[in-house]
Amino acid sequence: MTIKQLSIFIENKSGTLIKVLDKLSKAGIQIIASTVADTKDFGIYRVLCDKPLQAYLLLKEEGINIQLTDVIALSIDDTPGMAAQAVNKISLSGVNILYLYSFLWKGRGVLVFRTDDNDKAIEVITLNKMTALSEIDFNV
Amino acid sequence: MINDNSPYFNPEYECLSREEIEQLQLERLQKTVRHCMNSPFYKKRFEEMHLKPEDIKTLADIRKLPFTTKQDLRDTYPFGIASVPLRQCVRLHSSSGTTGNPTVILHTQKDLDEWANQVARNLWMVGLRPDDVFQNSSGYGMFTGGLGFQYGAEKLGMLTVPAAAGNSLRQIKFITDFGTTALHAVPSYVTRLYEVMQANGVDPRKDTKLKVLAIGAEPHSEEQRQRIEQMLGVKAYNSFGMSEMCGPGVGFECQEQNGLHFWEDYYIVEIVDPETLEPVPDGEIGEMVLTTLCREAMPLLRYRTRDLTRVLGRTCPCGRNHVRLDRMRGRSDDMIVLRGVNIFPIQIEKILMQFPELASNYLITLTTDDDNDNMTVVVELEELFTDDFQRLMDLEKRIKHALKDEILLTPHIKLVPKGSLPVSEGKAVRVVDKRKVYQ
Repeated sequence: MTIKQLSIFIENKSGTLIKVLDKLSKAGIQIIASTVADTKDFGIYRVLCDKPLQAYLLLKEEGINIQLTDVIALSIDDTPGMAAQAVNKISLSGVNILYLYSFLWKGRGVLVFRTDDNDKAIEVITLNKMTALSEIDFNV
Repeated sequence: MINDNSPYFNPEYECLSREEIEQLQLERLQKTVRHCMNSPFYKKRFEEMHLKPEDIKTLADIRKLPFTTKQDLRDTYPFGIASVPLRQCVRLHSSSGTTGNPTVILHTQKDLDEWANQVARNLWMVGLRPDDVFQNSSGYGMFTGGLGFQYGAEKLGMLTVPAAAGNSLRQIKFITDFGTTALHAVPSYVTRLYEVMQANGVDPRKDTKLKVLAIGAEPHSEEQRQRIEQMLGVKAYNSFGMSEMCGPGVGFECQEQNGLHFWEDYYIVEIVDPETLEPVPDGEIGEMVLTTLCREAMPLLRYRTRDLTRVLGRTCPCGRNHVRLDRMRGRSDDMIVLRGVNIFPIQIEKILMQFPELASNYLITLTTDDDNDNMTVVVELEELFTDDFQRLMDLEKRIKHALKDEILLTPHIKLVPKGSLPVSEGKAVRVVDKRKVYQ
């Protein structure tokens, strides 16, 4: 099971992030987790929210460079070593993780990541009896 | 052979009075115009204008003559402007022609001899003599800065090292091993050489015999020239050339370093308003228009150089009364001159349009960073086709390589979101020039 993440292309310069956040807030979109990754020139703002498709269409209409990306949100125990264990299992299968971030959700840890082969990653997750969250799990 | 103590290489021409210069120009102009009737291009144009060579009775009558443009050279590609049969030509120089047909310039043996004479005259003017060792760090081949300086330096009688461009360590080895006293290079490359010298523990003042630099082919400010002089402990003289006129040699600074003498026994210099094409008064900036007076293979009448400059004076303490022009102040078209390479924005646009990942807006920014002139091309992303950084950076890399193949320089690429660049009303601003020379 993968979930939809907003990936927004932004210029690495002051004022660009607030423009995006403003629009999301006005549309009543609830942000669950977000992270900015950047190079010298540009950045990608990655957002998990409660209504990804609606947010995507809204920002797209505004002419913003945006993509809906399939990511995996893995639910793990909030105890030391759990993230390492999960990542280790995926890596052993030969799947490459392109990026990863994490947050706490209702007392449990969530690892969000994109891989170069999401299908295979899901297979590994199922085989190891780990839980990948679906969008419905984030409904507020 | 001229005595080493003479300040002049061609005293009989360099020291003419203004009156004598103008008389010589009129005689040579009349001869040139008659000769142009052997050119299919000019013959047709004169007929269309109901103009005859005999109509040129005074120097002021030059204004009756048609202008010649770079487009005319392209339209008559390759040999349509020539005024002699190809059999009499011995050399051809061509532009890369990336914005349409290339431009081709033909030379007879006499043209080459006259060209070498102009370069020799310039180098002698700044104090070089047959005892000197001249290293030419300019590209050879079609680029006229190579062969142009080579033959000129040889004509003067110097030991001439055709080092060509690039390979800084080897350049420095030549300079130290051969006792190079004079160097020709584009200013940004001189700065580069200095950096490499420093990195390798070579002190240009102690470890080299350098005393004179000829710099040109790219715009540079007085400040940059002075910095180069201080870095290397030399005198640096500004050189002007353009392949349409032959190449380097057309104009050069004398030891006063107060403007470039343009050789009026070889050219008629007009400065005109680029819009009205009417002459502007001395001291005012306008477009330089040149008419060749000694060319056999391809005389050009009133060639619009698109370079902007102004007349500083027509006399000089050095004893030469050939017009002194200011360093080039910019262009009346959108051509960019960067590190000696001529680039039109349309070349860049053409390449960018081949990338479906990009939107149509773009901006070329030219900056001077630590004495180096750089180009940054800012491009907008059409669609975010991935959120994988690697693929976005690969796109930047692909754009960079495609541009390098076209313009022969490696620009920086800056990828920005769609809508980030200002949308101009009317004519789009594609080039922002923040280089020091234009400040």
